[in-house]
Amino acid sequence: MSKTLSKFEYQELVEKKAPGSRTVRNVLAAFVTGGAICSVGQIIMMIAENYGADKETAAAITSISMIFLGAFLTAVNIYDNISKFGRAGALVPITGFSNSIVSPAMEYKKEGYIMGVGAQMFLIAGPVLVYGIFASVIAGLVYFIWKQVI
Amino acid sequence: MNEILKAFVLGGVICVIGQLLIDLTKLTPARIMVIYVVTGVVLGYFGLYQPLVEWGGAGASVPLTGFGNLLAKGVIKEVDNSGLLGAFTGGVKASAAGITAAVVFGYIMSIISKPKIKN
Repeated sequence: MSKTLSKFEYQELVEKKAPGSRTVRNVLAAFVTGGAICSVGQIIMMIAENYGADKETAAAITSISMIFLGAFLTAVNIYDNISKFGRAGALVPITGFSNSIVSPAMEYKKEGYIMGVGAQMFLIAGPVLVYGIFASVIAGLVYFIWKQVI
Repeated sequence: MNEILKAFVLGGVICVIGQLLIDLTKLTPARIMVIYVVTGVVLGYFGLYQPLVEWGGAGASVPLTGFGNLLAKGVIKEVDNSGLLGAFTGGVKASAAGITAAVVFGYIMSIISKPKIKN
């Protein structure tokens, strides 16, 4: 009894629905997921501050905790589902960074502890650290030169 | 409560920008992450990111742009303290806790995890 669509009708339907509505769905999911993850971070930060940590210490405790959570949830196969739902909302926070470390390391564990886990951990984290640290050194050099000129 | 709401909104918006980059430009997730960290360094260097951290707390510091901001802030502080050497020590010094946590917890969790059998 199901209505069959001609090839043309189907294609029209896909074109009408696919890119636009998928983007809207993804954007909403990313907002909610990213917002929720950052809220967890905020709660951890407020707890740390409550216990007398200064701003810098509280921020460091938050980073460490979020990285731990991201790695743990990846290891127990929960973070994958969060990513599937939340897309960039799960990718952009620091939890996504630790997910990018654990996920390939898990997959390549069978290739051993050195070239499997040890190397694959940095499949994505490696480039992030390379470009991040490189950019910071350039920033430092520019700032140093600027200070000499002024 | 208000602080948590602000973190939610700002963190959400920062993630939405990433989602739009993925959907509209076909950039891969790895590239998005690299772009975010480098953008954080640039914004942090010019002092444009710190106001977001002041307003949104973890909503600005938990996304990877916050990691970049930390690198930039650290490098400026260390250049002020120890000159040219600071350009090489400041970034990693400021983000040492995060980098070390990522390596240590990443390694431990990879070791104790069971690889997925499904698919």
